[in-house]
Amino acid sequence: MAAINRDDVAHLARLAHIEMSAEELDRMAGELAVIVDSVKSVSEAAGDDVPATSHPIPLTNVFREDVVGHTFTAEQALSGAPDAYEGRFKVPAILDEG
Amino acid sequence: MTENNELIRSSAAALAGKLAAREVTAVEVTQAHLDRIAAVDGKVNAFLHVNTEEALAVAAEVDAIRAAGGAAAEELHALAGVPIAVKDLIVTVGQPTTAGSKILEGWHSPYDATVVQRLRAAKMPILGKTNLDEFAMGSSTEHSAYGPTHNPWDLDRIPGGSGGGSAAAVAAFEAPLALGTDTGGSIRQPGAVTGTVGVKPTYGGVSRYGAIAMASSLDQIGPVSRTVLDSALLHQVIGGHDPHDSTSLPDPLEDLVAAASIGNVRGMKIGIIKELHGEGYQAGVENRFNESLELLKEAGAEIVEVSCPNFKYALGAYYLIMPSEASSNLAKFDGVRFGLRVLPEDGPMTIERVMGATRAAGFGDEVKRRIILGTYALSAGYYDAYYGSAQKVRTLIQRDFDAAFAKADVLISPTAPTTAFKLGEKLNDPLAMYLNDVATIPANMAGVPGLSLPGGLADEDGLPVGVQLLAPARQDARLYRVGAVLESLLEAQWGGPLLDKAPSLTAAPSLNDSSSADSSSAGAALSHGGSH
Amino acid sequence: MSDATLSFEEAMEKYDPVLGFEVHVELNTKTKMFSSAPNVFGDEPNTNVNEVDLGMPGVLPVVNRTAIESSIKIGLALNCKIAETCRFARKNYFYPDTPKNFQTSQYDEPIAYDGYLDIELSDGTVFRVEIERAHMEEDAGKLTHMGGAAGRIQGADYSLVDYNRSGVPLVEIVTKPIEGAGSRAPELAKAYVAAVREIVKNLGVSDARMERGNVRCDANVSLRPHGRERFGIRSETKNVNSLRAVEHAVHYEIRRHAAVLESGEPVVQETRHWHEDTRSTTSGRPKSDADDYRYFPEPDLVPIVASREWVEELRATLPEPPAARRKRLQADWGYSDLEFRDVVNAGVMDEIEETIAAGATATVARKWWMGEIVGRAKNADVDPGQLGVAPATIVELNKMVEDGKINNKMATEVLDGVLAGEGTPAEIVEKRGLAVVSDDGPLLEAIDAALAAQPGVADKIRGGKIQAIGAIVGGVMKATRGQADAGRVRELILERLGVEG
Repeated sequence: MAAINRDDVAHLARLAHIEMSAEELDRMAGELAVIVDSVKSVSEAAGDDVPATSHPIPLTNVFREDVVGHTFTAEQALSGAPDAYEGRFKVPAILDEG
Repeated sequence: MTENNELIRSSAAALAGKLAAREVTAVEVTQAHLDRIAAVDGKVNAFLHVNTEEALAVAAEVDAIRAAGGAAAEELHALAGVPIAVKDLIVTVGQPTTAGSKILEGWHSPYDATVVQRLRAAKMPILGKTNLDEFAMGSSTEHSAYGPTHNPWDLDRIPGGSGGGSAAAVAAFEAPLALGTDTGGSIRQPGAVTGTVGVKPTYGGVSRYGAIAMASSLDQIGPVSRTVLDSALLHQVIGGHDPHDSTSLPDPLEDLVAAASIGNVRGMKIGIIKELHGEGYQAGVENRFNESLELLKEAGAEIVEVSCPNFKYALGAYYLIMPSEASSNLAKFDGVRFGLRVLPEDGPMTIERVMGATRAAGFGDEVKRRIILGTYALSAGYYDAYYGSAQKVRTLIQRDFDAAFAKADVLISPTAPTTAFKLGEKLNDPLAMYLNDVATIPANMAGVPGLSLPGGLADEDGLPVGVQLLAPARQDARLYRVGAVLESLLEAQWGGPLLDKAPSLTAAPSLNDSSSADSSSAGAALSHGGSH
Repeated sequence: MSDATLSFEEAMEKYDPVLGFEVHVELNTKTKMFSSAPNVFGDEPNTNVNEVDLGMPGVLPVVNRTAIESSIKIGLALNCKIAETCRFARKNYFYPDTPKNFQTSQYDEPIAYDGYLDIELSDGTVFRVEIERAHMEEDAGKLTHMGGAAGRIQGADYSLVDYNRSGVPLVEIVTKPIEGAGSRAPELAKAYVAAVREIVKNLGVSDARMERGNVRCDANVSLRPHGRERFGIRSETKNVNSLRAVEHAVHYEIRRHAAVLESGEPVVQETRHWHEDTRSTTSGRPKSDADDYRYFPEPDLVPIVASREWVEELRATLPEPPAARRKRLQADWGYSDLEFRDVVNAGVMDEIEETIAAGATATVARKWWMGEIVGRAKNADVDPGQLGVAPATIVELNKMVEDGKINNKMATEVLDGVLAGEGTPAEIVEKRGLAVVSDDGPLLEAIDAALAAQPGVADKIRGGKIQAIGAIVGGVMKATRGQADAGRVRELILERLGVEG
């Protein structure tokens, strides 16, 4: 299993949308390397014949009937929003064209 | 203040009895706890928010209903008027919910968690929201963005985590009951190191709706209390099917209070998990654990040894599954719909950069570490080796449990390998911190229920040791049966609850609390906690 | 910055197109996929939402049973296999229209897979399109870009987000690569999307209104030199939201790819955006490692097990498939292949069926829809069905003609009146004074006048050249301002002149 390095962490931080300073990347790479090393035995623990368990207690077909329930007013929906305009959530530009 | 002292040291069951008999009012009980919070929480820091007005209003409502009598008074829930603290990972209307994170500072949920709705339906005054490691990620509460909680047994030590706030609040007599959440031990390990009781129910036994998710397939809400019976009482308030949680079990809830009242373990087989004691466990922890085994044996239980060879992979698999799910669950904290928004200091002002800056400023180091680790474990090329393998390990752990429960009705182990360590001691060593959960994690991986109760004080440091009981899925009742028996055997030895031995938090110079040193009378009152 | 293109003919000479489609169908359930908030189009922003749709901390999804059943029905109608067990997965990516910053979707376990659809082209050729899978997912919110030109994302200062659409159930239908369409590729593209739209509408599981985004198409196009097996690099044109646009987008991308290949450059694997105004595509973002979606099974939802009994129960509720229905209707109506294809291509099959059901004959219904209404709809740039002609109107108009109350020319005038909102046909006839003149007295006067005015023509008719009668009829019609029944006029003229008709 591959070791985790600073470039990996930088890539992962981009995927996870967390800006990190150079110092943070270095520190995180060091810590993660130790953790990843300690969990690597997991990949050797189970053979191909062992099925995966995604849910501890197996249930199937849990459905809701198609019946309308409660809704928020726009005011309630936006009550915790950092920024809003005319009943909608306001976000900065999506594209960087600077 | 003796009366107040009695009220705050009473079990929930005892309070319920006094309220029903109209010996005290719910307002008196609630006010006593609010006073205690005011008196000691400056030192303990168990609460992130105190809900004075609403709690008193609910208490007054209960008193009014009782005073009016009639059908409405008859229909009051047994715990009506008994106050409770709620871990700040569980959303509540009317109080802030922070998850112990800066990213949710000041956020008010527009909806109640299902468990909170059930507390409200039972008319239990909610005293406030308790401290936790940020997003429940930690074993010490030191990862809270709002400062650590201090262990009432020794204020320089950790109260465990992530639910250190709920455990400390109960241990410090700030609340008789609290709600916790347990993903890898966050209810049981704080219970162990604070000398309190904590239960992680069977996965799906209590609705997760409104508990801010860390790892969806591991998280479970459960009761925190000072007695086994109190946990059973609270479990029955919050447990049972919820259509808002697709993983909620459809089964009807067992009578857990009845199970806690059976009073014997004769003929029960109790399995010691070979892999969960001995090497790596503090001597004092091991000694107290062995004493508990002796007591159970004397009470007629058969002690057997079981082996769970795949438990050695549990911690590693946990640290792949938990961060993977957490990395996805925590993606929603992005500064768009709620919570903190931080603008980048320089460079282009795009939403992507704002999300990045918000998450950089809003999340603490441990949260970032787990998000990055989870992102890694799920990323292309690694999924099979990491997340996929970890899910297979889950199957192996379940098989280990199945084999063990074929030989034993209940399994037993120390809850945590050590007693409470010093604040700061493991803060910079994530791996050492993770090892605290080695005995609690297997239950979450397999979805089985677990209970931790006080097992005494370690010889080395005089700090509480926890004993963990584990039962097969859906057999939570067995935990309460065995737990209540062991508790009464231990308390008979100690001459009262273990918490009677905890130091007073209101030091001698305090004018109005001179009687607090006299804890034995309160302890005596407590010992009939099960009058319910 | 418009891209170079080759002519379509030149592109076809050199290259063989391979197509692929991802069609997103919004289901018309009452509530959303995972929450009980209403699935309604066009309300006030952020009012058809609750905590689940906004991805608030602590929320959990619960699957809508009707959405599952609709998805199974779509799978069955596409001749797919229905998975005995399938799951939802999380597709992780950050975007402000995606409240949880992951989309709950299906990944390696779609509910339906391995199907096909036989597509009939305008000349009757049948082309089989293989369906790879149909899977369930949830829609995103709606972003409105502000501060830039024409609501485009480019140049916007900020964007506004409305989550009303967030969580609306979607079924994404993915084809296998479609080979061998050749120059019919654009037409096939349109016909395929039209067929999917028809199927989901026929099933009643979607409103299927493309203008509202109920059916949205992403079109994949690649070219390869004739004779080569390996596929070329494809582009994916997003959100092509009308049938015409699908045809045009495929046409355009074939021409653009051909020009790129001709220049010796490699085609970039990328997302393209379709622009209806310029009928061209522009480059979106290239595929990159940012597309690491980190799929994993949705831990908050449990697997769906579609028992064979359940699937058969649903199959029993399926309406007649569109192709079978077409065969039946053509036989019932007695239209020729060409007549029927014209009706289908004009998009008035349903309307003709309704008109016949309202009491018209098949011939009359076709005469009105194909002869009158389709042309008017084209002029108004709307679908014929949207023009506002009720089947009952046609039946009423036809009855008036048959009863001789009005003639055909008047009837078209009345139709215009109906479309102008002047009232029912009877009211319009009344208001406009359009009744056929049926009293022979005034008519005979007009005929005598016309014969007197054109004595030469009258002589010709008397002499047996009956075909000359048109000039006299025309004179009479002119004199009566079109209100006479031309047939009756002809009879009276012949009577007057004593000639056998």
